[in-house]
Amino acid sequence: MSFLFFFTLSFVLISAVLAVHARDLFVSTIWLSVFSLMMATNFFILDAADVAITEAAVGAGVSTVLFLSALALTGEKESGKRVYRLLPSAALFTLALVLIIVSLEHPRLGDPSAPVHQHIAPWYLSETPVLIDIPNVVTAVLASFRGYDTLGETLVVFTAGIGVLSVLGFRPKRKVVVTAAQVSRRTVRIRDHLILRVVGKLLIPVIMLFALVVQFHGEYSPGGGFSAGALFASAVMLYGILEGADRSIKAMPQLIMLRLAALGASIYIFVGIFGILLGSNFLDYSVFSSDPVAGQQLGILLIEFGVGLTVASVLVMVFNAFAGRDTY
Amino acid sequence: METEFLQSLPRLLAYASMVIGSAFIVIGGIGVLRMPEIFTRMHASSVTETTGSLFVLAGLMILSGFTLATVKLFAISLFLLFTSPVSTYALVNTALIAGQKPVVVKDSTGGVSA
Amino acid sequence: MDTFLGLYNYWIYVGLLVVGLYAVLLKGNYIKRMIGLGIFQAAVFLLFISMDKVDGGTGPIFSIAQDATTIFANPLPQVLILTAIVVSIAVTALGLSLAIRIKEEYGSIEESDTLRADRDE
Repeated sequence: MSFLFFFTLSFVLISAVLAVHARDLFVSTIWLSVFSLMMATNFFILDAADVAITEAAVGAGVSTVLFLSALALTGEKESGKRVYRLLPSAALFTLALVLIIVSLEHPRLGDPSAPVHQHIAPWYLSETPVLIDIPNVVTAVLASFRGYDTLGETLVVFTAGIGVLSVLGFRPKRKVVVTAAQVSRRTVRIRDHLILRVVGKLLIPVIMLFALVVQFHGEYSPGGGFSAGALFASAVMLYGILEGADRSIKAMPQLIMLRLAALGASIYIFVGIFGILLGSNFLDYSVFSSDPVAGQQLGILLIEFGVGLTVASVLVMVFNAFAGRDTY
Repeated sequence: METEFLQSLPRLLAYASMVIGSAFIVIGGIGVLRMPEIFTRMHASSVTETTGSLFVLAGLMILSGFTLATVKLFAISLFLLFTSPVSTYALVNTALIAGQKPVVVKDSTGGVSA
Repeated sequence: MDTFLGLYNYWIYVGLLVVGLYAVLLKGNYIKRMIGLGIFQAAVFLLFISMDKVDGGTGPIFSIAQDATTIFANPLPQVLILTAIVVSIAVTALGLSLAIRIKEEYGSIEESDTLRADRDE
């Protein structure tokens, strides 16, 4: 284990402790975003590049924006009343003790003879060039060998989008009446930052193009549907932050985003059913063309597109639901 | 002996550039901790994000030679050059509009300095 | 010393787990609890991804510059965690929307205030 890894691991723990400890929730959110970025660095040091891209885009990007928009609607200070409950504290202490004692039996970091490297991982690494023939083994395992899990996960994301819409779809009962003078005194409007708006709007197409590259290049380099969806959603969030939530909702209406999310999940399911219609099993892509390897690659391309579409539209829908809420 | 030195000259240049960049980053960090108020602190941190990162990335580019990685590093440095000063500007402008005033010191001839 | 360095990442994982659970169980503010939940989930990710590292290995991507003796990292934990990360953002989004609704109905997101309001009704 290198010194760099030691440093980043310790920094992760320190930033997590500070995120929980801070009384001002705004400071807490910024520490959480630093924590996510350090976790992404840790993942990269541990040779997991796909996971690093996804954690950086999701944790340090989308999650921070969602927390900040939720904070704008709730409150920023936490009341510092200390709660001392015996049973949860004892449970936490016991859990920590048990886990540390158990960890003394674990194989040390990077041990090639650890049980996790023995059975199915060498099979995946040796069979991917034969059966699927794409360079990125993680995408091959995600989309083809473990396609069921990815289908379930896409449906989970879609369900979360529906859940957010059903919770926040109702208008609040009490409307707070605020005068225009009160608003302009309390807020610093984004219109006052001219340079930020100009440069931000220059960056939005670059980010969207990068999201498309990550999506369709996911078979050859780290990437894939999940990180591409999060990157695309963060480009739309940038537009929403710079131009105001009403223009963002007009550019990407909620109903169309809902239909697109459903379309993404449906593409995945129909690709699976297409396998049945062509005479084989559900989610078997080898029958899509006369050459089974080409069929697998076509199937992976289609379902990654479906996953990216669903993730992007659900995250945009959630952001618009948060940002379009008009309470002060 | 001399050809060996000439062959390893790019590597020496790259290492020197990275060390200089790291020194600038440390200077920026010390500046953020020691400065009294927000405007001077952002001034110190802007050293980190421009000069420090540019030197480190230039060293990495020399180390990579003429490969695709160099083009990607160049694109990253361009991106950083675009976005870091803008974020500094956004923070400082918000502080100014929200009412923070820079600490000024009047000297004996009646002029002011920040 | 070698044992310490080889096991350090597991101890960091335990520390993060406890910090996240502490925020979920013992803090009264709902947004702070969501932050704690995110830290807890990230701790589990760290455990899984640290299981996939092999000494001298590289990322599990075949490239031109490889031969029969290159060692690859284990791809399977990465696949599991890739889906788990997006599930965690879905959970965060849903939890935050619930917190926003609670604020609008009860006027506060502290657990003591909401419990008191429920009791007094």
